[in-house]
Amino acid sequence: MSDAEAMGRPSLVVDERLSLVAGMVQRFSWEVADGSAERLRILLGGRIGIEDAAALWKRISETLAEDVDEVRAVELDLARVSMIDGACMALLTQLRRELRARGVGCEFVGGSGEVKRIVELYGGRKKERRKRAKRKPLSAIEQLGNATLAILAEVKQILNFIGELTSSTLHVIKHPKSLNLRDVTLTMERAGADAAPIVLLINFLMGFVMAYQSSAQLKQFGANIYVADLVGVSMTRELGPLMMAIIVCGRSGAAFAAELGTMKVSEEVDALRTLGFLPLPFLVIPRMLGLTLVAPILVLLADAVGIVGGALVAMLTLDIGPTTFMIQLQSAVKTSDVVSGIFKGMVFCGTVALISCQQGLSTSGGAEGVGRRTTGAVVSILFSLIVLDAIFTVVLGVFGL
Amino acid sequence: MKRKLISVEGLRMGHGETVLLDDVSFDVERGDVFIILGGSGCGKSTLLRHLVGLELPIAGKIRVGGREPRLEGAAPRYGVMFQSGALFGSMSVGENVAFALQEWTHLPPDAVQAIVRAKLALVGLEGAEDKLPAELSGGMKKRAAIARAMAFEPNLIFLDEPSAGLDPVSAVELDELILTLNQNLGLTVVMVTHELDSIFKVGKTCIMLDRETRSIIARGEPQRLRHECDDPRVRRFFNREMSVS
Repeated sequence: MSDAEAMGRPSLVVDERLSLVAGMVQRFSWEVADGSAERLRILLGGRIGIEDAAALWKRISETLAEDVDEVRAVELDLARVSMIDGACMALLTQLRRELRARGVGCEFVGGSGEVKRIVELYGGRKKERRKRAKRKPLSAIEQLGNATLAILAEVKQILNFIGELTSSTLHVIKHPKSLNLRDVTLTMERAGADAAPIVLLINFLMGFVMAYQSSAQLKQFGANIYVADLVGVSMTRELGPLMMAIIVCGRSGAAFAAELGTMKVSEEVDALRTLGFLPLPFLVIPRMLGLTLVAPILVLLADAVGIVGGALVAMLTLDIGPTTFMIQLQSAVKTSDVVSGIFKGMVFCGTVALISCQQGLSTSGGAEGVGRRTTGAVVSILFSLIVLDAIFTVVLGVFGL
Repeated sequence: MKRKLISVEGLRMGHGETVLLDDVSFDVERGDVFIILGGSGCGKSTLLRHLVGLELPIAGKIRVGGREPRLEGAAPRYGVMFQSGALFGSMSVGENVAFALQEWTHLPPDAVQAIVRAKLALVGLEGAEDKLPAELSGGMKKRAAIARAMAFEPNLIFLDEPSAGLDPVSAVELDELILTLNQNLGLTVVMVTHELDSIFKVGKTCIMLDRETRSIIARGEPQRLRHECDDPRVRRFFNREMSVS
């Protein structure tokens, strides 16, 4: 037995099925009976199933497109209908709704026991649902006001978060035993050790590309040796920490926001609170601490491989040997460059953890909310990293560092 | 005379500007199985969240054991089972149950493990210590959540729809468990449920909330309300009749 037969439907060849689905073939009957101009009677007959829905909808659309201004009432007679399914009944109910909206009365009449049950099930009952008041579309000013209030609410939420975080940090400093050490080490492993390969690769390529791009310019002035200054200073002061932070943002920032967001929507954060654990000392501070502690190692790795990338280009295209490169590098890069880079990296990583955890814990609304907050976290972090970087550049410049 | 364990006075609660319940007062006595009833969206689960301290009331007073229910990072005074179970997905079932014990007691690991095993056996989950929550069925998750809520030996437990979505056999087993805990240990139970069988089997006192009036429309023993309450909304609920409004 085929599937169609098993489901009580006649089996159809493909062409016939396509025509039906397109509404080109009609297997049921639809007759407009003669009556007065004010009272229209539509007689339906035959079997009306989901395959006939397209043809039925076509008939309904034609009826509605006709001028029905003079008509006061429409009667849909189902006496000759042997079977009608829910989908087609829904379409007939829609026809009734549209007609009633135009002030034309519409009722279903007739029908066998089975058809009557379907009619009743799909709104054939006299009772009409209470209409909800339609919401008026908001004016531009109202929308602007709502958006402003939403931003203010978000700012308030962030300030609350920072306030709570400060008091939780003080609590953890006073009671170091309350720190969730397990998550600190776990974060260091996942965000640090696991991120090392990609940090190494990206920063090696950064150093390589930077040296390669500048080599042509340096050659013109015979300043080949300064490639070591260029790569060394820019990697240690700027690109090492920044690229590392961008990678940490993509890997760990998104992961923290999604993890805490899922915990929030699945009530795990509430469960934590009822067991006596506060989310900030238990979830946020360990992540911030873990990420901040691992930052110096990642920055140093990034600096080192970036410089190696530059040295490779210097050796291959500028005829500068490794020893010469190293001597020049030592004279160009100061300890303060490396230290300021490490400090920047730590602040960047703390920011990544702070924003991603704040966004994660603000999640509401299920899976879609988790996605929205994760995206929000990554965008906010990237923006904050660039702003912080600019501030660092200016402040360190002012102090001559 | 029985002593009040929970007292709610003039509670007004809601989300933002939406008020779900207004000027609601009731008491829960020690050793009671107190059931919160009502149609969808009337604020049953929200009321439970207020009772456990996860939400703050707009107005009114809630006292649990004479104190405001605030969750301030201290050993839990009562157990809470959430509708979804809310087990920590990254921990095994045993670690979930052991979690609060490890933090708030100075018990050696062996003793904690013994308690965990006993609590899991109590809810019929012997040998499930090493399983992850994702490996459990819906009923097992709920039972594991009850074991976690019971871990710290509370004298009060809050259950949010414990038997919703369970097969009839698991639902009956869960009712039996709640009855046993109440009768043998004197545990006070506050639970939100829609299941009539559960209500009649385990419920000693119930209140019914109403969304329209934002208040309690009936309170008392479930059997008495079923047969004696004149309010048509209450009768409809207990006799599974369709709404005609």
